[in-house]
Amino acid sequence: MCLAVPGKILSVQGEDFARTARVSFGGIVKEVSLAYVPEAGVGEYVIVHVGFAISVLDEAEALRTFEILKQMGEVDELEAAGEA
Amino acid sequence: MKYVEEYRDAAAARHYAAEIARTVTRPWTIMEICGGQTHTIVKYGIDDLLPKAVTLVHGPGCPVCVTPVELIDKALQIAALPDVIFCSFGDMLRVPGTLGDLFRVKAAGGDVRIVYSPTDAVQLAKHNPGKQVVFFAVGFETTAPANAMSVYQAKQLGLTNYSVLVAHVLVPPAMEAILGSPANHVQGFLAAGHVCTVMGYEQYYPLAARYRVPIVVTGFEPLDLLQGIFMCVLQLEQGRFEVENQYARSVRREGNTVAQELVAKVFRVVDRKWRGLGGIPQSGLSLTAEYEEFDAETRFGLSEYSAEEDPECISGSLMQGEKKPEQCSAYGTRCTPDHPLGAPMVSSEGACAAYYRYRRLRTDDRVTIGDANRG
Repeated sequence: MCLAVPGKILSVQGEDFARTARVSFGGIVKEVSLAYVPEAGVGEYVIVHVGFAISVLDEAEALRTFEILKQMGEVDELEAAGEA
Repeated sequence: MKYVEEYRDAAAARHYAAEIARTVTRPWTIMEICGGQTHTIVKYGIDDLLPKAVTLVHGPGCPVCVTPVELIDKALQIAALPDVIFCSFGDMLRVPGTLGDLFRVKAAGGDVRIVYSPTDAVQLAKHNPGKQVVFFAVGFETTAPANAMSVYQAKQLGLTNYSVLVAHVLVPPAMEAILGSPANHVQGFLAAGHVCTVMGYEQYYPLAARYRVPIVVTGFEPLDLLQGIFMCVLQLEQGRFEVENQYARSVRREGNTVAQELVAKVFRVVDRKWRGLGGIPQSGLSLTAEYEEFDAETRFGLSEYSAEEDPECISGSLMQGEKKPEQCSAYGTRCTPDHPLGAPMVSSEGACAAYYRYRRLRTDDRVTIGDANRG
């Protein structure tokens, strides 16, 4: 029910609560309301729930999941597993 | 897909699982709040990757599952009326009330439509002035901004033929109800990442402090879940009970304040009955005075109607983490996704439906992730 998926903003039109975007979800393009993310712009990724973008994804924070693994000294094993 | 595939990396998942195993020294019980998280856990066999000392229990985080039967019955009564177009998210159509389900109303000639977004229902109202269009406004905090926008738009457009049957519920009061129960054995929470995307996580600080329980805001991909579990287990092992944010790529501490403002304009917090859990104070939403003309219950004279739920469904103990789906006598026999007795078997995010879809061929209680995928 709270399913929300990330998509990339291709273009933006309108303003305020009527601001919408064409958003690509891995190639499938849908019109999405940007009413709740006035800061979102073309090229950025948004999390979309029932036709509304509810957040703009933070790239630096997104990488942290992997950096923590790195800090735990696992990166070498990861690479080894990738080559195997 | 960016922000999706990389969080499903099997090697990274195994490494998080190994870190969890290295950290754990004794048994811990962790509850994931959201049904979307339950779905990921069961689909990818996340629990099978964990050491046996870590038990995941599935929380109340499926709005479809907790919508009380009397509201389903109200939906059925409205949907059966002539000149009504009843709109709903698809999940709600098979949920049984005491009077049947919305599919049956549709089969009998009711105009029941599945919409992707509540604003689609507003468009229907705009283009069908001779019909009453009713939207079944179900959901947690995640969905409240979209549903609030539909009501706001209807007012802006001056529509007198649009209304909402509000079944909104709030997550923190349900967590408090679980923690305050004498039967509670949940020691840590994975909070729902998209609820927090909208609401932020400041509300969780008093809960974490009062009940001395770690709360980790967690996302929905396999690596999100594993990292969230790792962060939670680390806190438990270190005797900490803090609010942490695993899903920081989407969740800000204060949440989405633009969305919160419109939700607060359209909705007010009220006491609400949860299917399987009973009444929880200040745990739901209702329309504010400014927007109460859009209340379908009032418009169709159903405010006083009440009904009781099927006693055989164990959804209450399930959603409090006391039981698992296989422990229900009706699971997989009298209760299946095609013929659900209770709501957790209906929604794809309901724990029973997730177990039925991914686990019903299991013969033992632990199998490898490969077996789970083949099953």
